[in-house]
Order: sequence, then structure tokens, then C-alpha cells
Amino acid sequence: MSITRRDFLKIAAVTGGVAVAGTPVVKSVLALGKKPVSLPQYVPTTCEMCFWRCGVIAKVVDGKVVKLDGNPIHPNSRGKLCARGHGGIGLLYDPDRLKTPLINTGSRGEGKFKKVSWDEALGYVADKMEKIKEKYGAESIALLTHGTISTYFIHLLQAFGSPNFAFPSFALCRGARDTAFEITFGEAVGNPERVDIQNSKVIVLIGSHLGENAHNSQCQEFAEAVGKGAIVIVVDPRFSTAAGKAKYWLPIKPATDLALLLSWINVIINEGLYDKEYVAKYTVGFNEVASAVKEYTPEWAEKETDIPASLIIETARLMGKNKPSVLIHPGRHTAWYSDNVQRQRAVAILTALLGAYGRPGGIYLNPKKKLEPVFLSDKDYPDHQKPEIHKGNYPFAGEEGLTHAIVKTTLTEQPYPIKGWFTTGINIIKAMPNQRDTLKAIQKLELLVAVDMMPYDGVILADVVLPECTYLERHDDLFTVKERAFGISIRQPVVQPMYDTKPGWWIAKELGKRLGLEDHFPWNTFEDFLKMKCETWGIDYSELTKKGYISFPESEKPYISADNEPKFKTPSGKIELYSKELKDKGFDPVPKYTRHEQPPEGWFRLIYGRSPVHTFSRTTNNPSLWELMEENTAWVNAKVAKRKGLKNGEYIVLINQDGVKSNKVRIKITERIRPDCIYLVHGFSSTSKLLRKAYLRGADDQQLITRYDIDPIAGTVGMRVNFVKIAKEV
Amino acid sequence: MPRYVMVIDVERCIGCMACVIACKKENGVADGYFRTRVVEEVRGEFPYLRMEQRSELCNHCEIAPCIDACPTRASHRAKDGTVQIEKKKCIGCKACILACPYDARYSTPEGVADKCSFCEHRLKEGKSPACVETCLGHSRIFGDLDDPNSEVSQLIKKYDASVRLEFAGTRPRVFYINKKFAGGL
Repeated sequence: MSITRRDFLKIAAVTGGVAVAGTPVVKSVLALGKKPVSLPQYVPTTCEMCFWRCGVIAKVVDGKVVKLDGNPIHPNSRGKLCARGHGGIGLLYDPDRLKTPLINTGSRGEGKFKKVSWDEALGYVADKMEKIKEKYGAESIALLTHGTISTYFIHLLQAFGSPNFAFPSFALCRGARDTAFEITFGEAVGNPERVDIQNSKVIVLIGSHLGENAHNSQCQEFAEAVGKGAIVIVVDPRFSTAAGKAKYWLPIKPATDLALLLSWINVIINEGLYDKEYVAKYTVGFNEVASAVKEYTPEWAEKETDIPASLIIETARLMGKNKPSVLIHPGRHTAWYSDNVQRQRAVAILTALLGAYGRPGGIYLNPKKKLEPVFLSDKDYPDHQKPEIHKGNYPFAGEEGLTHAIVKTTLTEQPYPIKGWFTTGINIIKAMPNQRDTLKAIQKLELLVAVDMMPYDGVILADVVLPECTYLERHDDLFTVKERAFGISIRQPVVQPMYDTKPGWWIAKELGKRLGLEDHFPWNTFEDFLKMKCETWGIDYSELTKKGYISFPESEKPYISADNEPKFKTPSGKIELYSKELKDKGFDPVPKYTRHEQPPEGWFRLIYGRSPVHTFSRTTNNPSLWELMEENTAWVNAKVAKRKGLKNGEYIVLINQDGVKSNKVRIKITERIRPDCIYLVHGFSSTSKLLRKAYLRGADDQQLITRYDIDPIAGTVGMRVNFVKIAKEV
Repeated sequence: MPRYVMVIDVERCIGCMACVIACKKENGVADGYFRTRVVEEVRGEFPYLRMEQRSELCNHCEIAPCIDACPTRASHRAKDGTVQIEKKKCIGCKACILACPYDARYSTPEGVADKCSFCEHRLKEGKSPACVETCLGHSRIFGDLDDPNSEVSQLIKKYDASVRLEFAGTRPRVFYINKKFAGGL
């Protein structure tokens, strides 16, 4: 029997495509007359509950996702998922999801939404875009974007003629780290970070709270290292989960981390504890570093950091003794102060001095595999007529752009006005500091479009809301995974989209069609594109859909050896302890310590971080995760609380230096924090009434971050520069 | 028959709560209820602190007060030695909930007793409980104590394993190793 193409189409229509789980039913003779039993279907895909992108296997029964588990062959999950990964079901079935396209009929931000068809919504957006282009130029439309959806909307924006996009993940998160590593080693440290933590003998965490940031595979390796007896050194003003595993907790005075790092370098050089052979072979600028750190003695650092000089020396010696298997974790969210890049440079320099880059227990090397890029279309983008504004005037700003540069240009209209914003996969209110500026900027727009899954604070400010379906309901671009070995991971629908929601690629393509840009989307479905991409790369698409992940084990070359010598893509071709590139652009070629302002008497520095059960503000309404943590708490040192007569669990409010008052938040009175700080888990207190669980639950750290520094090297932001005081809730 | 036990390596718990939600989804536990939890214990004063995080669940006690308290034999010992509840027989008297010294049981919205089953249905398929499978820290280890080569047997032999409320005399089958604090369970 032969199956004709027509027959195949019929079959496909019945089963709803290859990946989406159908509902096979078992009817045995014994069960005649009884309700048939549905067999579960297992569909692999890629998680989107955070940015770690774990491999997931969805268990689907009767068209309903009942369980999500880690894909055992995916290196980011290794058969396990974190709480948020399991909680993906809560996102899929959250009753507060965006369900249809919406157009705001009131004034901007008023959120008087009427439900409209996709045709009406897309037509409205395309029409406004054309008008803005005609009046101001295509460059006057900007995009703020995060996550996988970015691929399609950056493509659309560039095809339309604007270069102005920005990811919050650069300036507001890991940009400083990536810039510092690029300057020093010629390459960023990767995502997931290429940390060989399971083989580390000494693990140094500086403000990184592994465990509370539940980066799946890294947490697994961290626990493995702890189990094997690795020495953990935690530098944090708060006694984090990781500090609970540490031999040394150094409760540093906030904003003085660079003093500690420079002092460690001082000890390691003075006592000859660095890897001399490695330094001679692979680095440049050792002498310049040695003379620059002379003044940063442990005794000097003690006064700056509150960490006893004896402990600075002891921990430095431990690193020296255990080199090269020492991991100075490069961190992730490094948007702290005005000298982010220099601080992260010190991390990179220390790593190099210990010979830990490309060595077991340090930072492993990139896998040796390159695939030629496959673009969404071969058609060239039009040249933009005006200069790009999304990198500000920061010489080392990354290709991902700077969110604050877009806000600033929108406010000042210099060098030209920005009149339209797309926000895709980003909650602009909770992600970006200084909410007042953001709100002022959007009042200058003629078009604000939000594409997202949930009615977040930033989404309900939009003129047009386009509802994307969740990651469990759509295809996305393939993920190239650069773990120890190279691999490809697929995201594919495990169930059909609920409600009138659409995948990001579909929304971009349909908008493109209405803007006369259909040539830039030369495929019918995204699956067609993925198949073509797999063909180009020589990957079996059908195998990928069945396994979810395909690995290239021969690409794994993690450590330096005679036949695996590293190539550093720096100007000198070596690890640049001293950076001529920085010097030429007017910056310190070796990091120098800058003193930052400390809170005045009676004030506390606001610090913030993560909970293992939530991702930014994106999950606070997720019913599965909400019940694990309904609201955040304000951590206050026990002695401070006693002095102020505060009771554990009572509501307080926080007021910052500019008089901005937080929502009420329960106080957590604890020994686990320095007396000069208050800590909040980020992302709480949604101002969107449409998020019925998250609405005004807890306090919003970002609301209190009205003030921020900017790092002149790469334009990354410093958000730990706000001071708060406690007021009783009345 | 195997003798199923769980070992919890306290040092390796990173408090991520993956176990809590994996359990809920695996077993369809009702909103607002939990069959397992992660507790945190801190001792000392700033800056001299120690902390441990550990998960707690039904101990599947060898001498189980819940079974003794049950008037209908809904709470019973299964053939594999685990403590199970036969929902059909439960009359919702809550005697077992009060009898349990570990606060491991609760009454469902339908009014029947419920608790951790060691994922009985998964054991039958040769899988480990959902919480064990997803434990990021490999802090939860499951296996057969009658098999001297099993990881659990090896761990219990190697470490000074303790149980919660040993004085209650219930002989729990959930063991804790690498605890920082003596007692405190």
C-alpha cells in the first residue's frame, strides 16, 4: 500500500502534526463497555520558564499536560527540572493568561481594552508603523526584547529599517561580565557559563547565590562539588543558601567587592601563588598588574570591606594552593555599580593568574564545533538612514543594545525622536530601573505594542497587546547548546495553542506581510524553516523531534592540552591581564578601586536577588509557583529589628532616598544579613490587576531603584545604589 | 520483597523546592496541600552562622502510629513495607493525622487522609519517586535497604544516619545523613 501525499495530509490533520501529542486509546476485550484508558504521550521540548533552556519531556494525557520532567540526554537538565520547570504547567493553565488580541481604547496606559481579531490588531499596528516611518523614519521604532521571541522581532525590525533594539540581559544583567571576559580572554564565558564546577576544589561565589538562582545543571554540579568536599568561599552581605554550604562566609560591606578582589590578587602575586608557567605562556601584562595592585594590601582591604586581613590572606592562600582547580564564579547579574566591568575584569584576571581558564575545575573551553548560520531569510536588510542609538556612546556596549539608551533617546528625542516601541517577552516596568522615566518615555510614543503571554505590568500599558502562546504550544528557533559538548535542542508544541493565541514567529511574519515585507519570511510554517535549517546542518529533523536533543560528543575539548592549545581572540592573541584596548579608549588598563557611597546613618542599602521558585516578575502569578511563594519578604538584621521594635512577619513599608514608598511587605527578621542592608527577592508586587494572584503582593525592588549608575565602559547599569528606610505599615 | 528507604543527604540539599512541586504534579495533589516540604534551620548570631536545609516527608515508619490509629484499616502496610492509604476505606476521621508525630498527613478537600506514598505507582514501573528523580542536589536517594550494594545501604553504612524524633520509637524509613546539628529533627 502506498500513501499518497493527500493521504498523508489527512493523517497529519487528524493527529495534529508530528509532535503534538494525540490521544491513543487502549481498548482491550476485558475493558469493553468501560471507559477507554488513555495512554500518556511523552513529547520532548525545551523549557522557557527561565533562560537556562533545559530539555523537557512533557507527559500529555487526553490533550492535557500533566507532568513535565527533565530530558535525561539534555546537558542543561540531565533528567531533572527545577521548581519552575515543573511549574510550566501553571503557566499553561493560568486562568489569567492573555487570550485574545487587545486594543486599548483609553489614553496610553489606561488599559481600557477591547477584544479584537488578529486581523484588526495587526492591521492597526502595521498602519501605525507605516505612519511613524513616513513622519520620522523607520529608525524611530525601537524594540525592547528578551528570550526566544527576540529572533523574529529583531528580524522584523531590521527588515523594516530600524537598528534600534535592546535586550535587558545586557545592561541590566550579564553585560559587564561578558564585556570583561571578552576584553581579557577574547570571548564571553557563555550561557550557561562554562564553569567546571563539579571538578572544582575551591569555589568562590561573589554575590552569586547558586541554589537560590536555580540554574539547573550548575546547581547539580554545585551540590556534587559540595558532596565531594570542595571548599566553598561565599562573599555576600547576606548568608545565602550557598553560604550555608561554605567553609568561609565573608559578609562583605556592599560595594567594596573590587577591593577584596584586588587584595586577593595582591596576596597571590606577592606570595608567588600564581601559576607561573601558565602566566608566562598565555598572558600579557603581568608586571603592570603586579605594580598596580601593590597598594591593595589585605590590611587596606580590611578597612574597606569589613573582612579581616587574616581571612583575606587565608582564602587567597587556599586558592593558590588548589590552583588551577579554582572557580572564581564569573556571576551573572553583575549590574551593581558604576565600575561593573572593572570588577568583573578583576575576576577574570584572578582566574587567569590561577591558571584556571581551560583547566579542570576552572572554566572549560568552548566545544569545537561551528555550524554555518542559517538566517530567517537570505534577503538583505535595508540600510538605515540614521545612526543607531541603541548602544549609547559606550565604546564596549554589546550588540544586544542598552535598554536605557532607548529610554533616554525617547525622552530627549536626541539625536532623533523614537515614537514607537515594541516590547516582546519583557516586563518593562519590573525589568528596568527608574519606573518614572519609563512611564514618562511611553507618554511620548505614538505606538506601544506588547507581545507576551501574561498581562504583566508593562504589557497592560500597551496600545495593542498581542498574545503569544506559551512555550508548550509552539515551535521556536533551534537552540545551539554550548555545554562541554556542542548540541542542538528543539522547542516544539506538546499541545495545541489554547485560546486565540499565536506563536511569536507567526505574529512577526503576519505583521511583515502587512508591511510589505513578506520576502523576509520565505517559509509557510516555522517547522518548514526548522527542517530546512536541519538539512543545511546535516541533522536528522525527525530524530531531533523524537529525542529533543542531539549531541556532538566529538566536539568536547574542555581542557588545555598539547593538542588543544587555546586561541585567545584578543588584540595580542593572549590573555590580557593588562588591556591596551581599554587604555586606548581612555579607561584603566588594570582595574583600580573606586569607593562608592555608603548609606547614611539610619538608612539601609537595598539589595535584591532571586528565589529558586520564581523567574523575575514572570512567574509570580503562576498558580503552581505562587503557592510555593505568594509574596516576598524584606530581610532585616535581627539586632536592627530589635532596636526598632519590629516583630517578625508584620507588614512594613520601605521608603527610598527619593521618597518613593513601597507596597506593604512582611518583614523577615534574621541573623542572615548585615545590619546595613535590606534584601528583597526581585519581581514582586505586580501593578497589574489582571494578574489576580500577584497583584500588589509583596514589595517591588525595582520601584525603589529610582537611582542608577552607568558604567562608562560598556553602559551597564548599577542598581545597588539605592538606600531605604523602614516605616511601619499604617 | 524490597525494603524501600529514602536517605536525605542534608549537605547536598540546596533548598530549590523542585521536589515539592514535582511531587504535587506527579500525584495530582490539591492546591494548597503538600506531601513534602523543605525546612530551614539557622543557628548562631551574625556573622557566626550555620544553616541546614532538609526535606521532610512521610517516614513510612516500621512501627506506624497512623496504622494503629486507623479504625478502618484504610491506613495499612503494603506488601513492599511502605505505609499506604486505601482511599475507599477512609472515613475522614483524621485520627491518623493526629497520631502522626511528623505532621506528614493532611485531609484533602474531599475529606480523606493523604500523604506521601513513596510514589508507589512509579515503584511498580521500576522508577524512583518523583522527588528523588528531580532532586537537583542528589540530596534525596532512594533504594532497597535489603540490597547491601544499593546506594542507600552504602550511605547508611558509611555515615552516622539519624531519623526524625528517634525517641518516638516509630523506626522511620527516611534517614538523614551529613546533618550539621545533632537533633533538630
